[in-house]
Amino acid sequence: MHSSWQKALSWGILALGFAFLYVPIIVLIVYSFNESRLVTVWSGFSLKWYGELFSDRQMMKAVGVSLRIAFMSATSAVVLGTMAALVMVRFGGFKGKTLFTSMITAPLVMPEVITGLSLLLLFVSLDQFIGWPGGRGMTTIWIAHTTFCMAYVTVVVNSRLREMDQSLEEAALDLGANRLKVFFLITLPIVSPALVAGWLLAFTLSLDDLVIASFVSGPGSTTLPMEVFSSVRMGVSPKVNALSALLVTGIASLTFVGWWLMRRQEHKRLADLQAAKRQQEMV
Amino acid sequence: MALPENKAKQKKVQLQICGVSKDFDGTLAVNNVDLDIYQGEIFALLGASGCGKTTLLRMLAGFEKPSAGSILLEGEDMARLAPYQRPMNMMFQSYALFPHMTVENNIAFGLKQDRMPKQQIADKVAEVLGLVQMEAYAKRKPHQLSGGQQQRVALARSLAKSPKLLLLDEPMGALDKKLRTRMQLEIVNILEKVGVTCVMVTHDQEEAMTMADRVGIMNAGILSQVGSPMEVYERPNSRMTAEFIGSVNLFEGELVVDEVGYVEIASDSLESNIYIAHGIVGSEGMALAVAIRPEKINISRTEPAQAHNKARGVVEDIAYLGSHSVYHVRLPSGFKVLASVANSNRQIASDEQQRITWGDEVFVSWSDSCAVVLYS
Repeated sequence: MHSSWQKALSWGILALGFAFLYVPIIVLIVYSFNESRLVTVWSGFSLKWYGELFSDRQMMKAVGVSLRIAFMSATSAVVLGTMAALVMVRFGGFKGKTLFTSMITAPLVMPEVITGLSLLLLFVSLDQFIGWPGGRGMTTIWIAHTTFCMAYVTVVVNSRLREMDQSLEEAALDLGANRLKVFFLITLPIVSPALVAGWLLAFTLSLDDLVIASFVSGPGSTTLPMEVFSSVRMGVSPKVNALSALLVTGIASLTFVGWWLMRRQEHKRLADLQAAKRQQEMV
Repeated sequence: MALPENKAKQKKVQLQICGVSKDFDGTLAVNNVDLDIYQGEIFALLGASGCGKTTLLRMLAGFEKPSAGSILLEGEDMARLAPYQRPMNMMFQSYALFPHMTVENNIAFGLKQDRMPKQQIADKVAEVLGLVQMEAYAKRKPHQLSGGQQQRVALARSLAKSPKLLLLDEPMGALDKKLRTRMQLEIVNILEKVGVTCVMVTHDQEEAMTMADRVGIMNAGILSQVGSPMEVYERPNSRMTAEFIGSVNLFEGELVVDEVGYVEIASDSLESNIYIAHGIVGSEGMALAVAIRPEKINISRTEPAQAHNKARGVVEDIAYLGSHSVYHVRLPSGFKVLASVANSNRQIASDEQQRITWGDEVFVSWSDSCAVVLYS
């Protein structure tokens, strides 16, 4: 009796937790199919807001801008972040290493408002002194996003590099590959899962960002979060619900596919290992 | 006993290590090591962890730079060559097989760096795979292989470039005990077939003695003794070597009778002097130690007939180890003597031998010639 009560209680708490996390999102998705113009009043099923969303030029343009910036920022953050992680893990002790290590991860804990403001000031003064970047726009958002995404990539790649058996690199050196070749033929392929993970993380972070982008954006470079935020201020349109529903579905399915692929690989690896062991015993 | 040494001496020196030291921030990991490795031999550097053996191996491979001294391979100084330029290859303790490449590509990796023609690479890969009997696994990835199979691939990869010197870092370190014994002999067979000169590093004395033609004992960065496995076991040159290889009864004492044909050494641990049936270099009053291996010690209930080298004691402990048993005999001085008795004797031994058990009063004794005098 006692234990069944306990069980019911723990299930209840679990359900409550999940509800807290997911009910808002479910409500948002459900209302994207609402016919009514009013977001909170259900009047029947319809796909018309999806149609409206795709015919909204400004919104579609913002999607394009955001995707482009996210792609560029993620790519450059991966390049720079990997370099930083390599320096931290492989170059042994150098003067100022502790300072470097803590400074490179500082953007992780820096309030976004401060990052945004400081970058804005930087771009303005750069404009004054050297005439570059010539006003604010996609370039400045790209640079700003690279700055904070890089910190995340560094952390992800850093831990993967630390895990990697260093004798793999030594073995390649020993077999006649110079340091550059070792990096491209051995290190990079082995840490590539971390690069992919870091890239995806940076991509989503950039896609998400509202605060920093608001500081450093200019005319014609409105990102999706900025567009959504400003349209919501005018009154919530069910179009935004439709857009969010699409984003959530897209991200959820990507995550699911990634999880499924990883699980399949792991299963295959374990099965192979078992087979190898059996074979060994038979020999 | 001296045969392997003579055999080695006729051979050419392949690798010369001259006065090599390695200083890590003020601690000498390797201290002025001089060593010649002969062509075609398997040499084992044996020592506890942290004794500098791995550092020495890594200096040979080029991963560490010696602080002093030089390394000559076939007379050529290696100091200015990067690891990827040295004509030597290493098998790593973790095997370090590239996880994203097939067995075939792992082995071909080094050959590709030399820009060898494709057909030649394929032939060489097939050849070394055959050598380690892994032809059937060429297309597998390393994670699809068991530990023993991975080891063979690692060995094949390090042999593929026909190195002038093969380095093995704890070759059996990653295998379980049962597989270890089998692979030790298998690897030695392969190495002998190829005829490659080989330096290995291990902390396992059984492994070193099974695999190597000669072993070098390292302690605290110093190479303390070099010789055939039998030499270092039977004739250790220091207390440290004697205690490191196998177990030993070590009597600290002082030279009291120094004659041309024999000497006597008095030890506080024993009531009578130790008699040694040959002369030694030394003078009366000199402090020495005498080492006697447990298997050289006889144990009996009745007093042996010999005039010297015996002591009365009480059996305090018996460790049954299957093939043999080790008796711990406490002498009146408090010193504990270890006596190892093969258990084949137990079956056919007289009743008297069988009856020796805990708490019994016994005599331990040894012959005049089996004790080794140690100066350091």
